[in-house]
Amino acid sequence: MQTLIFRALAPYLTALIMVFAVFVFLRGHNQPGGGFIGGLIAASSLAIYGLAYDVRSIRRALVVSPIALAAFGLLLALLSGIPSFFFHLPFLTGIWESVWILGIEIALSTPILFDLGVFLVVMGAVGAVGLCLEENELS
Amino acid sequence: MSGTEIPLLGILFLPFLFAPFAPLLCRFFGKRAAPFLALVPLLVFLFFLPFFFPISEGKAIQASLAWAPLYGVDLSFYIDGLSLFFVTLIALIGSFIFLYADGYLRQHPHRGRFFSFMSLFMGAMLGLVTADNLITLFVFWELTSLSSFLLIGFDHERAAARRGALQALLVTGMGGLALLAAFLFLAQASGSFALSVILKEKDLLTHLPFADGLFILILLAAFTKSAQFPFHFWLPNAMEAPTPVSAYLHSATMVKGGVYLLLRLFPLFGTLPLWAVLLPLFGSATFLVGTLLALRQTDLKLTLAHTTVASLGLLVFLIGIGTPAALAASVFYLLAHALFKAPLFMVVGCLDHAVGNRDLRHLGGIGRLLPVLWGAALLAGLSMAGVPPLFGFVAKEMVYAASEGIGVVWGARGEIGALTLLVFGNALMVAAAGLVALTPFWGAVPSELLKSQGSPSEKALFLHKPGFCLSLGPVVLALLGVVSAGSLPFLTFWVLLPVLRTLLSGGSEAVALALPSLHALPTHLSTPLFLSGLTLLLGGIFYWKHTLLRSLIGALLTTIGWGPDRGFDQFLRVLLRASSAVTSRVQAGVMSVYMTVTCLFILLCLFIPPFLFQKFPALPSWPHYKLHEWALFGIAAIGLLTVVSAKTRLTAIVSLGIQGFAVALIFMEFGAPDLSFTQFMVETLSVFVLALVMTRLNLGARDARPGPRRLWDAALAIAIGSGFSFLLLSVIQFPLDMRLSEFFTQYSATLAHGRNIVNVILVDFRALDTLGEITVVLTAGIAALALLRIKKMHQEHQGQEENWTTVKETTTRDCTPSAAESGYLLEQKREGGAACKP
Repeated sequence: MQTLIFRALAPYLTALIMVFAVFVFLRGHNQPGGGFIGGLIAASSLAIYGLAYDVRSIRRALVVSPIALAAFGLLLALLSGIPSFFFHLPFLTGIWESVWILGIEIALSTPILFDLGVFLVVMGAVGAVGLCLEENELS
Repeated sequence: MSGTEIPLLGILFLPFLFAPFAPLLCRFFGKRAAPFLALVPLLVFLFFLPFFFPISEGKAIQASLAWAPLYGVDLSFYIDGLSLFFVTLIALIGSFIFLYADGYLRQHPHRGRFFSFMSLFMGAMLGLVTADNLITLFVFWELTSLSSFLLIGFDHERAAARRGALQALLVTGMGGLALLAAFLFLAQASGSFALSVILKEKDLLTHLPFADGLFILILLAAFTKSAQFPFHFWLPNAMEAPTPVSAYLHSATMVKGGVYLLLRLFPLFGTLPLWAVLLPLFGSATFLVGTLLALRQTDLKLTLAHTTVASLGLLVFLIGIGTPAALAASVFYLLAHALFKAPLFMVVGCLDHAVGNRDLRHLGGIGRLLPVLWGAALLAGLSMAGVPPLFGFVAKEMVYAASEGIGVVWGARGEIGALTLLVFGNALMVAAAGLVALTPFWGAVPSELLKSQGSPSEKALFLHKPGFCLSLGPVVLALLGVVSAGSLPFLTFWVLLPVLRTLLSGGSEAVALALPSLHALPTHLSTPLFLSGLTLLLGGIFYWKHTLLRSLIGALLTTIGWGPDRGFDQFLRVLLRASSAVTSRVQAGVMSVYMTVTCLFILLCLFIPPFLFQKFPALPSWPHYKLHEWALFGIAAIGLLTVVSAKTRLTAIVSLGIQGFAVALIFMEFGAPDLSFTQFMVETLSVFVLALVMTRLNLGARDARPGPRRLWDAALAIAIGSGFSFLLLSVIQFPLDMRLSEFFTQYSATLAHGRNIVNVILVDFRALDTLGEITVVLTAGIAALALLRIKKMHQEHQGQEENWTTVKETTTRDCTPSAAESGYLLEQKREGGAACKP
């Protein structure tokens, strides 16, 4: 798979897919998309980069191990349920807050943190398995 | 909460709170930790002393802490005469045991851990005898089993200790399960989890169709805990524990848990006809077996363990008789037993500690060197033998007096049989008492002992001379045996009457009238006195001829050959073998077997309900789709056909992808963009993963299955497919409940500020479900990583081993089983390595 064309293309492709993953994740609240699907897309971008180069370089690029990323995602999802306690609401009830930056309203909420957690878990877990499989194959 | 409630709960939980700090305490105070350690049981004892006043007036003390009030489960405690009797016994003996254990384990590196466990046990035992709520009682019951497991296996480096611990846990744990079942039935029948409520409903059992079954479950729990025949075998094996544990758990307190349960439930179950049959039957069998086995032993600790089994049998026998006199006898015998057995255990522990030997054939003449200890042993031994004026004598008189009355129920022949059994067993007990309290101390020091110690004279015999901590417990408890014999009216008023009042209905006067006259010294001639004399005489003869008796019992046992202890091992072996046989059939480690088993099971689930309820879905009418929709179905079908007929594995994988993408398009077409989106990604990734996994395999050879096997697999696949189609058809023929859909459509934008309903459900409305799901995803990821790592390590290992010949390496690489391999390679490898195609 380490052809010249694929290798030359892979970084751009990976970056593009990653951006697309974030886009899909962010639009998920109102249009098709969301954390789960975004995470899958992100994982596939990792897989492409791993196929084109080697797994070691993508691990270096990620800095932390993908499974640690997944664990952090789970923690984030769990923590996003805590703020509702301060409003005497059940665990994981969504809390919304609007922030005005440069005249644009940006809605901040605990569900988006939760969704980010889902994103990271899916990307991390699927990515970790994919990378490990690639390592077994390509090394 | 009333005034006494909070301190009461506090003191009951004190041992649990203390347990984690015991190691720190031991480290901090070192050798001077003993008084601090014994403080906890002493505090408990002192705290409960004032309780005797209200309880002797017939009151009960309650305390409760909400646990799961919705289910009627609370940490509720109810202290009446019976509870208080056990509590004081546990705390009093516990104080001395803690002191003794400190001396006994002074050199042990894990002394602190030991006290943690002991404290845990004491807390569990206190909870057990004071619990009111059935579930609370069960939890403490299991906690005593668990802490007993930890304590028996304390020297976990010895295999015998581990076996004893596991055996005790399995046997008592099984009883615990029976207890839980019984309690749940009981709560169901009475509508309450509170014992104090249930015990008041006297006619509860008359309405129950399964009262006898319920009773047998209770018996199973009580008999396993109290080591009744045929479950008695775990108790002698539990003697692998350090001696303080044997003295405390396995003679004075924990094994009395079963007796406590029987006494506690006597008001409810005592009227059952089975009660008066099963309890005396098993009790007397246990009594006889215990005494006979006790004389068989030469290890003093094992002798004591078997006499404990016998005493427990006697207690169950008495409770089974169930007359007021018998119950009174059981209470006093229980007290007497605790007061003589605990010191005897401690004395044997001291001997073991001092000379490193507890085999009675090698012991003798130590009395002159340890006079104080010998005094304690003699007092306790005489009490065990039932010599006046000691407390054991009083208890034995009461036992005989109680058994005298059973002729009314059992007939004259039954009475004579019971009395003969009692006299014979008690005589054996006298001999055992002699063996423990007399033989090691009397006569001359045997030359074997001197030789084994390598010491030239008697003076240099001791490894450790027992110090203050070690001697205090046996001496004080043995003296208590004398003191209690001297204060019988006092004990009757403060201990016996309150206990009996909880067991028997009717006022205190009726209870007091039912009691026999008690005396520590014989005042007049009577049948019990005659029987006591006979027992002592016979016991003397048995003691004199104990070597002969031992070889006789030994011969008897060799003739029988088989015992429950070996039966337990056989049972475990059969169980393990059966389970491994089932497991190896169902989980053969071969992918195709897993698939077949799973598919067969799913088939059963799919097809049994429709046939059972005779409900089949109506066939749907021919659908009218547009042309391009038909085209999508066509692509999916073509993909599937290609998978089945593909020549190589790579083609099959890619064709599977075609089918998946076609399905994704169908989702898109029929209005589920989210689903379609996800399906696309999942398909992409699974093709990717499958391709990576499958390149491990020989991609050329697609299918190595023989013809009939392929037919069978095809049939299975078609059956599963049609089963699921049936299921889906039946589901869509139900009228769809739209309430949830309407709710989500209506509130998705207003409540959750989102217009993508699917995503709003995922991250907001049902976020807790999603949290569970992503936890599963993470766990699955970690598990897959672990599997892959194992495989990698395995490969590296193999690579190193087989580097010496390239030919061999290449062939094995082809055959290395991969994580997701279909398994046929493995199967064939077993059959002769035919799969290794070049």
